Amino acid sequence: MRNDLFDGLTVDAEVTRGGFTLAVSMAAAPGEVVGILGPNGAGKSTLLSAIAGLIPVSAGRITLGDRVMDDAGSGEFVETAGRPVGFVFQNYRLFPHMNVRDNVAFSPRARGMRREAAESTAAHWLTRLGLTELADRKPGQLSGGQSQRVALARALAGHPQLLLLDEPLSALDAGTRLDVQAELKRHLADFAGPSLLVTHDPLEALVLADRVLVLEGGRIVQAGTPSQVARQPATDYVAKLVGLNLYAGHADGANVKLDRDGNFIIPDRGQQGDVLVAVRPSAIVVSTQQPVAGSARNAWQARIVGMTLLADRIRLDLDGKPSALADVTPAAVAELSLVSGAEVWLTVKATDLEVYTHGS
Amino acid sequence: MPAPLLVPALVAVAFLVLPLAGLLIRAPWSGLGKALSGSDATQALVLSVWTASVSTAISLVIGTPLAWVLARTSFPGQRLLRALVTLPLVLPPVVGGVALLLAFSRVGLVGRYLDYWFGLTIPFTPLAVVMAETFVAMPFLIITVEGALRSADQGFEEAAATLGARRMTVFRRVTVPMIAPSLGAGAVLCWARALGEFGATITFAGSFPGQTETMPIAVYYALENDPNAAIALSLVLLLVSVVVLVSLRDRWLRRGPVL
Repeated sequence: MRNDLFDGLTVDAEVTRGGFTLAVSMAAAPGEVVGILGPNGAGKSTLLSAIAGLIPVSAGRITLGDRVMDDAGSGEFVETAGRPVGFVFQNYRLFPHMNVRDNVAFSPRARGMRREAAESTAAHWLTRLGLTELADRKPGQLSGGQSQRVALARALAGHPQLLLLDEPLSALDAGTRLDVQAELKRHLADFAGPSLLVTHDPLEALVLADRVLVLEGGRIVQAGTPSQVARQPATDYVAKLVGLNLYAGHADGANVKLDRDGNFIIPDRGQQGDVLVAVRPSAIVVSTQQPVAGSARNAWQARIVGMTLLADRIRLDLDGKPSALADVTPAAVAELSLVSGAEVWLTVKATDLEVYTHGS
Repeated sequence: MPAPLLVPALVAVAFLVLPLAGLLIRAPWSGLGKALSGSDATQALVLSVWTASVSTAISLVIGTPLAWVLARTSFPGQRLLRALVTLPLVLPPVVGGVALLLAFSRVGLVGRYLDYWFGLTIPFTPLAVVMAETFVAMPFLIITVEGALRSADQGFEEAAATLGARRMTVFRRVTVPMIAPSLGAGAVLCWARALGEFGATITFAGSFPGQTETMPIAVYYALENDPNAAIALSLVLLLVSVVVLVSLRDRWLRRGPVL
């Protein structure tokens, strides 16, 4: 049907695990990196496990290229070992009793290569990921970043057509994470097949993925490019991740009546119906007196219920109609003597409101 | 430390340690070589070592797969099966011997066919010694290995499957190496139990010197007519036990016994 998906992955399936049901319909094209973003328990790892054949689907099917991997309807099921999949696990799962070389040679061997051929394949990947000097070490003697590279080399050495990465950077400390991230981006770019990258770190998804799927409660709640998702989050979870205030409401021209409390005036583009409104915390101006009418057209009262020091600013948690997070400078906190419990005025320009409909 | 606890504790220590001390004190140290070089003692030692080793090997070959089945699969009646195969742990060994005799004697359940088809008679042969020892000792290996399989991280096996390894390859190249320490511990435990086997062996295999008279049986009979030989043989078994305990120290001496 769609030519670019000839060697791609399509998932249109339900997976039931205990009382939890994952229902996902998605596709990934060759060369594409799809980020799967979502909170713990959203079903991200379950999705990867189903694609790898570690859990069978309870309805629907999974195909890779023109091969059916799992079809609940027809009963077709390719065992994990028979799927051309490379899996990088969260804690890498390097075989502790084998050295790095044998770990990397494991897949070519298991897929039927003779020992010498498997070892030369392993040597190729060790060179490619800069691991040659570590070849004789055991996994216990590797740093986090090195283990991550070995896990990737081991997955790639089996010549997979699809790469699955489950939180590949979460076990690393912040210092090495950025380096490894840049390196991983290069290797993902070199990989010809589709890649699925599960993460709960929005930055990782933004940097590494071509496209992001947001998974919550076993459903895809948003799909789009990383910048779309970051600018126009569809759910509170994503809004919180990318640090935006998010409000659901009903638009009628220049006015949005919010579903909870409050009202926003927006630039009139003749919008009607249910909309989402995203506001950056730094776009909200905090003052102690009622602002005079100006270009900032939304003004409302709120009470400070929490204050958090971020790197160079202070984030105020404000209870009002609507409630909001607002960023102010430490100087402003001192000048306005802002304390928890204080009543303040909030203003935000209509043009600083990002208004969009969800489900697009 | 309160006396009501301390005093009984000391009594327990004395009770457990004094007999062993007595054995060491009474040992005919100067005539030890002579006592042991008696042909009966050497024969018994050789027989014990090879039968215990063969039953350990058999236990590894058939007990490990059974441990895997118990740990990694689920089917109706599995709990009952586990209870049945571990029953010899608590069963008086002599009862095991009687049971083996009923099954494998010439008129036994299985034995009559072995006799009829192959002309094979098991009881009172070295093969019977191996079977009696395996019957009593294999459950030690099974529960040790099953426990290791249960606590082993199955994530590694999943990883191996995603790398293209079929089930037997996973078992051979990932599962077995990862539980190797427990396999070793289970084998040592199994071997020690087989070496000390008395009740089932004497019931099912009898006590023919050179054929079925193992060390514990030799000790028992030597006590009547050659106490020095009995003590010397006991010392050898004690030494073996100490070596076994030391080799299992990480598992047994650090915490309470973990089976």
